Amino acid sequence: MEAVSLQQPIIQLRGLALAFEQDGRRTEVLHGLDLDVRRGEFVAIVGPSGVGKSTLLRVLIGLAKPTAGTVALAPDPNAERPLALVFQDARLLPWRRVLANVAFGLEKMGLDPAERRARAQRALALVGLRDMGDRWPYQLSGDQRQRVALARALAVNPAILLMDEPFSALDVATRETLQDEVVRIWHETGKTVLFVTHDIDEAVYLADRVIALGGKPGEVRSSREIVLARPRRRDALALAEIAAQVKADLAAEAAAARDDWVI
Amino acid sequence: MQRRPLILAALGLAAFLAIWEAVPRLGLVNPMLLPPPSALPAAFLREFRSGLWADMVALSLGHYLLGFAWGAGLGAIFGILTGMYLPLDWLSAWVVRLLRPIPNLAWAPFAIIWFGVEQAAAVFIISIGVFWIVYFAAQSAIRSVDRDLIEVADAFGFRSGRERLVKVLLPGAIPGILVGLRTALGQAWMAVVAAELNGVSGLGSRMMQASSLLATDIVVVYMLTMAALYGLMDAGFVFAQTRLMRWKP
Repeated sequence: MEAVSLQQPIIQLRGLALAFEQDGRRTEVLHGLDLDVRRGEFVAIVGPSGVGKSTLLRVLIGLAKPTAGTVALAPDPNAERPLALVFQDARLLPWRRVLANVAFGLEKMGLDPAERRARAQRALALVGLRDMGDRWPYQLSGDQRQRVALARALAVNPAILLMDEPFSALDVATRETLQDEVVRIWHETGKTVLFVTHDIDEAVYLADRVIALGGKPGEVRSSREIVLARPRRRDALALAEIAAQVKADLAAEAAAARDDWVI
Repeated sequence: MQRRPLILAALGLAAFLAIWEAVPRLGLVNPMLLPPPSALPAAFLREFRSGLWADMVALSLGHYLLGFAWGAGLGAIFGILTGMYLPLDWLSAWVVRLLRPIPNLAWAPFAIIWFGVEQAAAVFIISIGVFWIVYFAAQSAIRSVDRDLIEVADAFGFRSGRERLVKVLLPGAIPGILVGLRTALGQAWMAVVAAELNGVSGLGSRMMQASSLLATDIVVVYMLTMAALYGLMDAGFVFAQTRLMRWKP
């Protein structure tokens, strides 16, 4: 067996492509995507809708099969599962109480019920819902649901936390609260986070690195490090500058696409 | 509590009984053909004291519960399987189209040939009607489980058919299956009488016997008995259903 190197990227994608056929027409969603993510890094992925951001997460967690390329995940000795995904809509199981929802993934891990409960309870406390375990999902507000979904993902102790536009359905104030919570949890748990969003301001505020995906099929257009100490201020000038650069990266993309149309 | 619906319901029932009482009493219909409700308590007591009532109820309840259990159990299993695995549905599609339209009473000759004039024959006939209702309910309930939730199970590593079934499909399909079971609960009582018309002892056979003796009051006693039993079961079922469905707003 290969020794675990902490320098080795925890995610290494090479030449990743995904295409599907519908009504005899082949649509490429991703094409020749290369991506490295460092251990413990908070990476945000932005890009226009339809560029394959969500597809990328779905490939990573095994909900979609790539048509070409390789996915290599380095093992993480501190984690019990390689990945966990938080969906855009919370997708709680409506017939389970909150605590049982959080414990869902733990049932795959051969833990006894008491330990599942204890771990689910800890995860619930981590997202600030300590006393909500007995509620039914329908009794929760939108942000509470998303917190439960986050707790469900954290409970299995994944090496990498995948988040697919998790806050896009929330109002601005709750979104900002939850953004700060995610940064806090990331900081406390030391997990690697791959955060997909179409909101560039959100991406630059949260991430160590913002990757802009563009084109059809989607490819990496730019990858910008955000070297700014935390806690960050939302109105920091540096963030605004990087956001503008990322927007420009994507706009150049859009312009190129327009040129394509002319031809 | 709304009082108006209750008052109106009581009023409607009272009016129904009054008309029923009046029609034979006024000589509009021969009381032998339509016994007035006031004659029923005495008839019930006669039947009850002879011990026949309890025997017949016990027999029919036995047919009913066994038939329901078999039909519901097999219907749920086959419905879930064909709902989960499309090839199984294709495989069975034309067999289902062939067998489905056959009324369960049409199975009576075979029931008698296969099982004799025995309890099993009645159980068999009752179970057929239940089977189809629960089969279709379970199949469509499984299919209409939210695909997104199946993905959640996938994402957390529950990928085998058994895991999917236990973690998502079955809990998600329970409401739909329960609706089917409740429909079948009523349908099975109708089948009880029909299944017992061929001589298998129970409420149905006793009713036939009474009617051939023109003891129409006894017939009505058993009709009401069945209504009461069904009402009890349906109420019990709804109670259980509400408890199971607490997760629904």
